Amino acid sequence: MAMLEEPSCPGFVFDNVLRNQHLLAKCGGGSQADAAASSTSALPRAKKTGTTIVGCVFNGGVVLGADTRATEGNIVADKDCSKIHYISDRIYCCGAGTAADTEMVTRQISAQICLHRLSTGRLPRVITAKQLLKDYLFRYQGYIGAALVIGGVDYQGPHLYSVAPHGSVDCAPYITMGSGSLAAMAVFESRFKPDLDQGQAVQLVRDAILAGIFNDLGSGSNVDVCIIRQDGVEYLRPYLRANEKGQRAAVYRGGKPAVLRTDRRPVLADIISTRIIRDSGAAQAAGETPMET
Amino acid sequence: HLSMANPMSYNGGCVMAMKGRNCVAIASDLRFGVQMQTISMEFDKVQQMGPRLFVGFPGLATDTQTVFQRMQFRKNLYELRENKSVRPQTLMNMISNLLYERRFGPYFVEPVVAGLDPISLEPYVATMDLIGCPMEPEDFVVSGTCTEQMFGMCETLWQPDMSPDELFECISQAMLNAFDRDAASGWGCHVYLIERDQVTVRALKARMD
Repeated sequence: MAMLEEPSCPGFVFDNVLRNQHLLAKCGGGSQADAAASSTSALPRAKKTGTTIVGCVFNGGVVLGADTRATEGNIVADKDCSKIHYISDRIYCCGAGTAADTEMVTRQISAQICLHRLSTGRLPRVITAKQLLKDYLFRYQGYIGAALVIGGVDYQGPHLYSVAPHGSVDCAPYITMGSGSLAAMAVFESRFKPDLDQGQAVQLVRDAILAGIFNDLGSGSNVDVCIIRQDGVEYLRPYLRANEKGQRAAVYRGGKPAVLRTDRRPVLADIISTRIIRDSGAAQAAGETPMET
Repeated sequence: HLSMANPMSYNGGCVMAMKGRNCVAIASDLRFGVQMQTISMEFDKVQQMGPRLFVGFPGLATDTQTVFQRMQFRKNLYELRENKSVRPQTLMNMISNLLYERRFGPYFVEPVVAGLDPISLEPYVATMDLIGCPMEPEDFVVSGTCTEQMFGMCETLWQPDMSPDELFECISQAMLNAFDRDAASGWGCHVYLIERDQVTVRALKARMD
């Protein structure tokens, strides 16, 4: 019997691709089934962060903001998901698009930045993280659906970039991405000025995210904010609870369900350590030295 | 013979998990079918992966079994190397990595993890989509062909800090009423109530249609 094969090298595995194409060709009538993130109705919906994500540079650093809704088709899968991902101590990245891709790509680049920092002995630069992200996404030609806003502070000062799924990069003092980016950009375009202070920048980011939450269907729930300065990071989650769940009108007791069979399985306690205690008096009387444990 | 439908609803089935006070519950329906024909009413989608750790695998049944077997392999190696029981968060991460490895040719499974931390006994529930995006909420998780119905039932019935008995009632009613509104799920239900010192498995009486 063949042993269960596990992948011998890191990275993507493509052993189900032919099988899945065959399965999906039988429903959808030979549609272009390229990846789970495709929009054909036959394919299962991957979780997307519809999203409004923004970044804004101010005179002491960078403010990043994000909403907290994750959708699966038209259903809200997660009402409070975290979209501001840690890259390094002074670099954070907001992610929009396919949620698994943003999660995995930011985790991967965070690990690469950490190794780079250890090997060079220097604090990481935002431009390095941006370059790693962009090269990786371009290599996959847009099939990894991650739209990112990466911001941080390094020895040269505050930086803010956006990286699109196909690998293009933009550098600007204020950036928005995601389905709510138009709503958020409208707020920025009307109120952004150069040389904002922290309070003004945070207020601007908050208002831009709220514009996305209330006007875009793919964004919702709360506002998360991350303020990155040379001397520290404030990760405010939630910064603002913009949507509270309604009050339950009554407690619904459905009554006891009918049970056919009950099986109680006790969980055995795990033995963590064993200590042997010998009676030293009796041992000495018998001529032995007491045992130390 | 009909051509194959959406792979996620080809076999049917649903799994749900909820957090309570020092306990978690995970429930699965028992139907296994091929599109409209029911083949088995004893196909429990929840597997035990630790003394207080259970994972449910709803979705395409062949991928359910493959992912469970591959996960068991990796989990066993982990426990041999680390010489300790795997924590629920770690197992969730391992399953997420396994699913994301196949990002461009995914397994059609959306697993649900439920358990108590082996040391702190903290309740934990999590789910992920078919390419491994994790979701670790504070209340409940649902997965399967009737997620919309299950979301509705859970949002209505779940409250924080329920005792084990209340949690059992809550998850049972949510499951029964949700999968009764789905043709591809049902035919019985198993509820696993995981507490500090015991796991109680109950088979519920459900509509067999």
